[in-house]
Amino acid sequence: MDFIDEDFIDHNKNNKNNHKKMEVDQNEELPTKFDMEMTIKYVANHGNDKNDFEYTMTEFLRMSGIYWGTTCLDIMGHLDKLDKKSIIEFIKNCQCKKSGGIAACDSHDPHILYSLSAVQILCIYDALDEIDIPALGKYVQSLQQIDGSFFGDKWGEVDTRFSFCAVAILALTNQMNLIDVDKAVEFVMSCVNPDGGFGSKPYAESHAGLIYCCVGFLSITHNLHRLETEKLAWWLCERQLKSGGLNGRPEKLPDVCYSWWVLSSLTIMGKAHWIDGAKLKEFIISCLDTETGGFSDRPGNMPDIFHTLFGIGALSLLGYENLKKINPTFCMPEEIVSKIYQAQILEY
Amino acid sequence: MSDSSDEDFNESYVMYRHRREWSDVHPIKQNDGPNPIVAIAYSERFLDVYDYFRAILATQEKSERALELTTDALRLNAANYTVWQYRREILHALKKNLYDELQYIAEVIEDNPKNYQVWHHRRVIVEWLNDASKELDLTEKILDLDAKNYHAWQHRQWAIETFNLFDNELAFIDKLIAADVRNNSAWNQRFFVLKHLGLTPETVQREIHYAMNRIRLIKNNESSWNFLKGLLEYGDFSISQFPDVETFTEELYNSGNRSPYLLAFLVDMYTEKTLHIYETNSYDDPEVYARKVVELCEMLANHYDTIRYKYWKYVIQKFNADKELAKVGPNEQNEEKDEEEHLVTREPEKVNGEAQ
Ligand SMILES: [Zn+2]
Repeated sequence: MDFIDEDFIDHNKNNKNNHKKMEVDQNEELPTKFDMEMTIKYVANHGNDKNDFEYTMTEFLRMSGIYWGTTCLDIMGHLDKLDKKSIIEFIKNCQCKKSGGIAACDSHDPHILYSLSAVQILCIYDALDEIDIPALGKYVQSLQQIDGSFFGDKWGEVDTRFSFCAVAILALTNQMNLIDVDKAVEFVMSCVNPDGGFGSKPYAESHAGLIYCCVGFLSITHNLHRLETEKLAWWLCERQLKSGGLNGRPEKLPDVCYSWWVLSSLTIMGKAHWIDGAKLKEFIISCLDTETGGFSDRPGNMPDIFHTLFGIGALSLLGYENLKKINPTFCMPEEIVSKIYQAQILEY
Repeated sequence: MSDSSDEDFNESYVMYRHRREWSDVHPIKQNDGPNPIVAIAYSERFLDVYDYFRAILATQEKSERALELTTDALRLNAANYTVWQYRREILHALKKNLYDELQYIAEVIEDNPKNYQVWHHRRVIVEWLNDASKELDLTEKILDLDAKNYHAWQHRQWAIETFNLFDNELAFIDKLIAADVRNNSAWNQRFFVLKHLGLTPETVQREIHYAMNRIRLIKNNESSWNFLKGLLEYGDFSISQFPDVETFTEELYNSGNRSPYLLAFLVDMYTEKTLHIYETNSYDDPEVYARKVVELCEMLANHYDTIRYKYWKYVIQKFNADKELAKVGPNEQNEEKDEEEHLVTREPEKVNGEAQ
């Protein structure tokens, strides 16, 4: 679960002055309808349009870029727009012979973030056997620390995102027995804050993206009873602003990707109905860039594939017509996940 | 991609492929992966630098020129974790002066304050040096630009915890909260420090007043209300143990304030009172408070927090169910609990908020 969000990545750095669309006309009506054909084209052609290339500017997160694209297209029923063979070939080349981990791109070092993206793509293509699964399992196992936490790679950064990636990889590849799940749970639970939310590590501020990782982690390991669901769900509900959009922390601006982090967490806890779904839908669609078909973080900004997936994903959770059902824990098509692993979801 | 980083290079910059001192190295082209989704439009300079970077990575060359090459590569893209990793290997092999590196990475962080890799590099260098004397200043500088920068806060907490730098942290937080009372990150940091110092009854009392004073300044502020609530819940206190809080919130309400956070707090407070009276069979009239709970929830659902209408309806429903259970009394309640588990909110297991 790579976060290419403004809370973590400086948009302007890679794209000076390019984040805000120059030509936004304040009087221009915001879109209220979602034309799927355009969005399919946007995702399928992503990377061909040079000016449009926001976050995937370099190879360092290419694997995640492919995951966002394949998932997005599959949810819209058009996975056929991508070349399966070359994608699988690409992934195979990214698996490190020594460690078993998978890199964002050929000649890069393996990382748990890209290992998960790769596994997700392979599940979508029903092609897990194309890579060395036991070696990948060993890699994930090697990243677990004494306190139950996970490093993201051999250099030793700890983050609850990596705990999520670890159990998601192992669940999807049926190797959960390789790690100490109880200790992993203890670590994640040590990151709970007094407001009921989770941060990246113990004491770190609650953040909706990291809450998704922790709730998703507990959903995969069937430990949702460890949560104070009502308190956490309330905090997540508080993310909804008058515009209908959701933010990731108190007093921050709304952003389409938080539609996913917040709504998926609420869905896992059976509390998605606590927010105003109709208004959220309106907000997400208002972030559609009608020129390209992509979604941006906020109305009038440049679209990108990251926000396009999470916008579409949230619309799917909201039951938007003609979209396939998305699994709230894995952020993959439900029809794919249901064949592989049953994560815990609380009753409505 | 717009070649945004080109302006960072001066005019005398020469492509690596035109440099005589690099003529012994054979650049390696990027395998771009499948099209179209991953094709990237690179700038020429970007291609040049990274072709040479891949070459030295392949030969594992660890030299001064390789170190300089990583500087160029990182200037073009500070988020490339592979380059950072290789740079550390070079630093190690050449036994470079790490204080120079600390200076360098501070400059990179100032240019790229929201970037996982640069902060991680900083942390590794600090660990290698075992010297965190510059970390508070650096993070303060970055928080000056954006007081909610998640990376800076993470780094600051790590340095404070690892090198025991708690001494002046509350004063620092005061300063930030004075500048922006809605800064949730600063409130979170306050909890972090308090937990370390230990939440004695005196501290809790002091902090409650701290929070109330900040709420007086700006009433409709989620962060200060959450802090107040968190403080009470963390210490497992009931609101009635702090009559000041009761008076304060009721006065706010009576003065006409209808902040949803205030109303929500009152819902909690009156819920607690109602259930307590029923559970202990005391002589007060619980329904006085019960009516207030429902009334407040209705106000929130219909006027002051309409976007969360369904949540407030749920709270009323749950309150009524809890009230019935409280009436039955604690003993019988336990017996019924097993059967009715699906109806009753489960007592959350003790959540350990402390790191081991
Ligand atoms: Zn975002």
